[in-house]
Amino acid sequence: MDISVENLTKTYGPQNAVDNVSFKVNTGEILGFLGPNGAGKTTTMKIITCYMAPSQGTVKVGEYSISENADEIKRRIGYLPEHNPLYLDMPVIEYLDFVARLQSVPKGDIAQRIKKMVQLCGLDLEKHKLIGELSKGYRQRVGLAQALIHDPEILILDEPTTGLDPNQIVEIRNLIKEIGSEKTVILSTHILPEVEATCDRMMIINKGKIVADGAPSTLRKQAQGSEVLKVTIEDGVPENIYNKLQELHTTKSVDIDAKRSNHFIVASNAEVSSKRSIFQLCVQNNWVITEMIAVEKSMEDVFRNLTLN
Amino acid sequence: MRQIWTIAIREFRAFFDSLIAYILIMVFLGLSGFFTWLFGADVFLTGQASMQPFFAIAYWTMFFFIPALTMKMLAEENNTGTMELLLTKDISDMQVILGKFLSVMFLVMVALVFSLPYYFTIAWLGPVDHGAVLCGYLGILLMSASYAGIGLFTSSITKNQIVAFLLALLIGVFFLIIFGALASNMPGALGKIFSYLDVSSHYQSIARGVIDSRDILYFVSIAALGIFLAQTVLAKRNITK
Repeated sequence: MDISVENLTKTYGPQNAVDNVSFKVNTGEILGFLGPNGAGKTTTMKIITCYMAPSQGTVKVGEYSISENADEIKRRIGYLPEHNPLYLDMPVIEYLDFVARLQSVPKGDIAQRIKKMVQLCGLDLEKHKLIGELSKGYRQRVGLAQALIHDPEILILDEPTTGLDPNQIVEIRNLIKEIGSEKTVILSTHILPEVEATCDRMMIINKGKIVADGAPSTLRKQAQGSEVLKVTIEDGVPENIYNKLQELHTTKSVDIDAKRSNHFIVASNAEVSSKRSIFQLCVQNNWVITEMIAVEKSMEDVFRNLTLN
Repeated sequence: MRQIWTIAIREFRAFFDSLIAYILIMVFLGLSGFFTWLFGADVFLTGQASMQPFFAIAYWTMFFFIPALTMKMLAEENNTGTMELLLTKDISDMQVILGKFLSVMFLVMVALVFSLPYYFTIAWLGPVDHGAVLCGYLGILLMSASYAGIGLFTSSITKNQIVAFLLALLIGVFFLIIFGALASNMPGALGKIFSYLDVSSHYQSIARGVIDSRDILYFVSIAALGIFLAQTVLAKRNITK
């Protein structure tokens, strides 16, 4: 099912938590939602899941709209809210049964669905415990299980891996990837590598507006701009090397690493690579290149550039 | 309808899992038993084969009992965030509220069932007016419904259960005592209005065995108003401030 967000705005007093946001998510896509705290990710999700109405604009899920067919939409969405709220006094199975009934899972199928969810989310050993007795990682799994129990076409996950240990994070990510192959998924996160690992596409929101939208590799390339190389050149005089490097027609700027005298950071002009020209230079002067590494802009840098202003 | 039932069953089970049900039922029966058989205008003192002492004490115990049941119902959901979880499922705000309302009524009925031995004993002791007893139970149920409506409303406006409980008591006190006091001090039309708003006259008339549509309307209206107001409070999340 496609999700189409159209000119969505949500105002709280003088602030626009979500400011004229529009985007589309196609069936089978896993969209990563990123942004600083307070950017509007959770508010957008609350509107898509029909928890609250927008101030302006609308969301269409398939052919259903949130203003007219909210109940149809709710049936087709599995939602894991931020902080994973749960009824701590209920046993896991009883809770999943409760959710299944609420989501109109046919009575005859409920037992089977619960079994499947318990298996899928690795809750087999914990299924008779009270939710309040479970550790955070297992509670997160229960949260995922309740989001999936009615086999929805759409999954909306708000920070699904918060507070999990590295092993659990990998497991949940794999789970999401596995499930996401047939479903439309929107997941929000602060963990940037997670977006690259799990999502087909990523969107950065800042102060209620979309500031970036594309595949992680594309966004990184866009932010990268020109090539940056770290080179260590030996058997030469550092000042000499520095001057010669700057003279190369492919290089834009050269920095010396203060801590290591033979280490240089070379930024190239747009669209060109200095790798070959540096190599030629060293050959001409009998210098030895002991290290040449391309500096890739980290996703953190992409994020910071777009959200700090 | 099925959704309302699902919510009602879950809440009802939660009452017993959390021991709230056991404690409140014991307190209710303890007080009822004490004042029906041992103290004050009890059966043996009045010498009448009537359930009136029981209904009289229930008038006061329900006033505390019901807010204690409703205090957590919406306040806790607001506090833990499960309200968001609940309302993004295929269920409407009203269905959630009605489900919780129904669970309170079920628990009240369970408590009343445990009081049936009083009825059987009195019936064995002397000629009891069965119709009046039936009406008395009806009166308790109607009054409980009103308190439940008020309690659900106060629970909806806060995240704090104690606040919900105290506000429900505060509003209840108006109906229980204050309107009555105002009625006796004010002449004419205003006095009549307050007199109608006072619970005691309605409760007593039903408890005596007189089923008047005005009394039923009174209790049902309060319950409905409370439920409607609770729904309005929940709908506030959709408003642009």
